[in-house]
Amino acid sequence: MATSATHAGYAADNYLNHSRGLASWLFTLDHKRIGVMYLIGILTSFLVGGLLAMAIRAHLMAPDGALPLTNDQYNQVFTLHGAIMVFLFIIPSVPAALGNFLVPVMLGAKDVAFPRMNLGSFYLWCFGALFLVGALLSSGLDTGWTFYTPYSTTTDTSVVLATFGAFVLGFSSIFTGLNFIVTINTMRPPGMTWFRMPLFLWATYATSIIQVLATPVLGITLLLLIAERTMHIGIFDPEYNGDPVTYQHFFWFYSHPAVYIMILPGFGIISELISVHSHKGIFGYRFIAYSSIAIALLGFLVWGHHMFTSGMSNLTTIVFSALTFSVSIPSAIKVFNWLATMYKGSISLTTPMCYALSFLFLFTIGGLTGLFLGTLNTDLHLHDTYFIVSHFHYVMMGGTVVAFVGGLFHWWPKMFGRMYNEFWGRISAAIVFIGFNLTFFPQFILGSRGMPRRYATYDVEFQGLHQMSSIGAFLLGFGLLVAGLTLLHALFKGKLAPSNPWGGATLEWHCSSPPPHYNFAHAPVVGDPYEFDHIDYDRSIDGYVFTSPPREVLPKTPQAEPATAKDSHS
Amino acid sequence: MSNHATPQETTVAHDHAAGDHGHGAHGHGAHGHGAHGHGGRPGWDFAHPFPVWGLVAVFISLLFLTVITVAQASLELGGWDVLLSMLIATIKASLVVLFFMHLAFDKPFNAIVFVSALFFVALFIGGTLSDSRLYSDVLEPQYDEAPAELTE
Amino acid sequence: MATTEALPHDATAEDHDHGDHPAFLAHHFDTPEQQFDSGKLGIWLFLVTEVMMFSGLFCAYAIYRAMRPEVFVGSSVFLNTQLGAVNTGVLLFSSLTMAWAVRCAQLEQHRMLVGMLGATLGCASLFLGVKSIEYSHKMDLGLLPAGFYSYDPHAVHHHEGLSPFLIWMAAPFAIATIGLLVWYVIAKVRKNAFQSLVAGPLLAAGLSFFAGVGLGMLLESGESTEGVEHVSESAEESLAEIGPLVGEEEGIHRQDPVEPTGVEPIDAADAENEPAVARATGVVGQLAQQETNSGVRQQLLAEERQAEMASGRITTSAEDVTGPVGELVQAIDTPRLGGVFFSIYYCITGLHAFHILVGMGFLTWLIVRAARREFESNYFGPVDYVGLYWHIVDLIWIYVFPLLYLIR
Ligand SMILES: [Cu+2]
Repeated sequence: MATSATHAGYAADNYLNHSRGLASWLFTLDHKRIGVMYLIGILTSFLVGGLLAMAIRAHLMAPDGALPLTNDQYNQVFTLHGAIMVFLFIIPSVPAALGNFLVPVMLGAKDVAFPRMNLGSFYLWCFGALFLVGALLSSGLDTGWTFYTPYSTTTDTSVVLATFGAFVLGFSSIFTGLNFIVTINTMRPPGMTWFRMPLFLWATYATSIIQVLATPVLGITLLLLIAERTMHIGIFDPEYNGDPVTYQHFFWFYSHPAVYIMILPGFGIISELISVHSHKGIFGYRFIAYSSIAIALLGFLVWGHHMFTSGMSNLTTIVFSALTFSVSIPSAIKVFNWLATMYKGSISLTTPMCYALSFLFLFTIGGLTGLFLGTLNTDLHLHDTYFIVSHFHYVMMGGTVVAFVGGLFHWWPKMFGRMYNEFWGRISAAIVFIGFNLTFFPQFILGSRGMPRRYATYDVEFQGLHQMSSIGAFLLGFGLLVAGLTLLHALFKGKLAPSNPWGGATLEWHCSSPPPHYNFAHAPVVGDPYEFDHIDYDRSIDGYVFTSPPREVLPKTPQAEPATAKDSHS
Repeated sequence: MSNHATPQETTVAHDHAAGDHGHGAHGHGAHGHGAHGHGGRPGWDFAHPFPVWGLVAVFISLLFLTVITVAQASLELGGWDVLLSMLIATIKASLVVLFFMHLAFDKPFNAIVFVSALFFVALFIGGTLSDSRLYSDVLEPQYDEAPAELTE
Repeated sequence: MATTEALPHDATAEDHDHGDHPAFLAHHFDTPEQQFDSGKLGIWLFLVTEVMMFSGLFCAYAIYRAMRPEVFVGSSVFLNTQLGAVNTGVLLFSSLTMAWAVRCAQLEQHRMLVGMLGATLGCASLFLGVKSIEYSHKMDLGLLPAGFYSYDPHAVHHHEGLSPFLIWMAAPFAIATIGLLVWYVIAKVRKNAFQSLVAGPLLAAGLSFFAGVGLGMLLESGESTEGVEHVSESAEESLAEIGPLVGEEEGIHRQDPVEPTGVEPIDAADAENEPAVARATGVVGQLAQQETNSGVRQQLLAEERQAEMASGRITTSAEDVTGPVGELVQAIDTPRLGGVFFSIYYCITGLHAFHILVGMGFLTWLIVRAARREFESNYFGPVDYVGLYWHIVDLIWIYVFPLLYLIR
């Protein structure tokens, strides 16, 4: 640090050292610091959930269980793996951590619309996490992350604690989404029109719509489940004339759209990564933007595809099956546009780009196998098998987590002002890619041969595939460890980052790395976020500079009049 | 806090506000996006108070509709009963939303937000209810032990 | 939606903006209107989440009403329409005062703003007072969610003294009211105008809870002594007749619950000969016997009519009774049938009452700020936002009232 403190892009006074002391972090209203705190919490949860996954895979090395776990303990391990990964990690991962950091900066705003609510949402997340961990420490949880009745109303594990935790986490998620919608609607600076917004913001906006619309339904579902356990209200509990299928309707009305809460921000990251590292404008900007919104809305029409075998009427299953295929259209549009963006681009195979490429491969497999599950007759065979497990891991882990890690590498220099070791970054991407496929591809085969999910033991004939999968999982864990160490190493030993290490055109590359407390010294002039003609590599700073007028930082009279202020007067 | 301790009506200072908006001299439409008559900068002085007579009129209509809905509940209307009471409730709700909540004069986007929520409510209840109607006849009802006197 | 070009407003605006950035304007907003619009969109989105949340309960209601109409009709007999109607009126009035409060904030009528907010808070409190009577009365009878449902139609429900449930519900309000009274007196004695301005409306709100309790007792009392017993008797007899239907899976769904049937209401003749007024005993009965207490007389007669109509309609025609499972006789007021109705009743009204409580917290906060004269024509957002929240609570009640209290 001492050697190159005068580095071109590195800001001596930035949000990290603007004020000091623990209290300046715990009570901060700065969206960037809140994002960093979220990042720490989320990565911790990911570590815990990941270790649980390692325990699952280690146990499955032998047909009768390789670890000294009882079957009940195995149930608790996979439940906690699912609940922690879904509620604590993947739902808040991109929106709350990266989104909080990036949304106002990409937008050119000083902060999110409601900074205090933003901080409150972080503490709600902590509070909810405490409850989930409390459930782990009291009597565990063995319902699966879905809390299906009637098992969840009869098991004697800590369902109430865990569901209350999920309820609180839901509110955290709602507040994040609400904040982003308002920020994007009312805080855009002049010139930042809807169609000059980076696609990450479009994806975040679509995610936020789902968070606001769907999460309250999860909230009431979990409240009713708590009431069902404590008072036997008879809405979900068949013992009292309740209907478990109704529970599933309630649950999946949230949880299918929640799948898009998880994957849409990943799409946003990939749109940025592919365009920037191909140094080529995004192909089909409006198609990608609109398809995000379309996915968000269509996602509300297909929840029944999780319930084909749980007792819905025949007519409803057919309708939901047909509607399910409609969601694949906007997703496919995105994939085609990303491929077209790379076509004839000058691709730099940086670490983020490596992750983006593996995302394309893994997400496509995940998406296409979804079609098998959306089809009624194949689903009857494949439901509740490892095929499902593999499918949603390809989408959630191969999609969202890979995009998230790629995004971390992409924005790490911006967030902390340090470059990581590119070699080890690429190595990690390669190990993750190989490990991931080795883990989950055999599970497709296992599932199609009839290996049911959530079992602690299995027939000997499945042992070979299970062992492949377990070895792959350890490799995957190792790859993520390498990625984590590379990023950690960068924090302490990395060289100072220029303000634009990749040649990105969006607004976050206009401010220093790390950004100053108020994001922009002067209100930036907004141009096309995917216009790379006026960005040139500068060898002296090992980064990119904006060369011509449209890119330069404008004058002493920043125009801070919000875009919306005009609307109301015209 | 003691400097706030001498409350006194500030009618004089803000006569202009009352004069401009207070008595509903111009219709509701003028409240929406009317010109800012105070010569102020954009983004200031954007309040559009709703006239008192309007508030009271809405309240009286709401009370009237409440009386009607209570009255119609005692009529024998068969299946129309539910529809009628829901219709009245919806009229009441619209009055509240449009006038008490100022949605009639608000930014259109807020109205879009709210109305689209109703669409999703309909989707949720419609999807779940219609499926429940289709399979509920195969559910096996659970009964409690009947009181002895009733089993004859 | 936004426009593309930058605004051609004067360049100096930003420069003297710092001197012009009033205390109420957060640093990341440029104008009060931007701040207001952001808050307004935020609160509308929050209302969307509220609507979605309640939609789950309405969905549960719709499913179970469609599945077991006879349970809903039979159990709603126990809900007192008059209490519901009174509470509807109270909430509508509170909506009026709340909307008026927003106007006061916009016009900077500070004292009137405190008054309007106080009136809204008072109505909220009154609503909860009435609600506490409604709840405690049902809890006394054992009309509880399915798991705790212990209603026994044959038990004699004579309650000397106050219900323990009522005491638990009223105790926090009693303590708060006494505290507010002490505060108000001290503020008056010390001539602290600000504190009296805050404590006055709060004290009035505390007292109006007990006004609500009194009102609720007055409206409920006829039923609590004799009425319910009568209702339950008549309901029970009619239930005994429709019982077979409950077991008959086809019949439940095919039968239109609202259609009146050919059979005369069982107690119709009985009621004509022996008016409810004469049968009502206890204090209310005595009150009703006096010529001057026409209100109570009419109340009892109305309840009588209401109960008859309700019970009459769940009586089914004779051929239905002789169904294939005719020997399976079920009463509706059992945990697994009536209990589910009350589960839904408590979930909906309970979540609604919780929202009222939260709203009361917000209103108290507003009263303090209004007494400090923090709101002005460029900063009335908080009043408007709480107002919107308050209206949505009212709006939900507008649907709850007919769905729960008026169904037949
Ligand atoms: Cu799904």
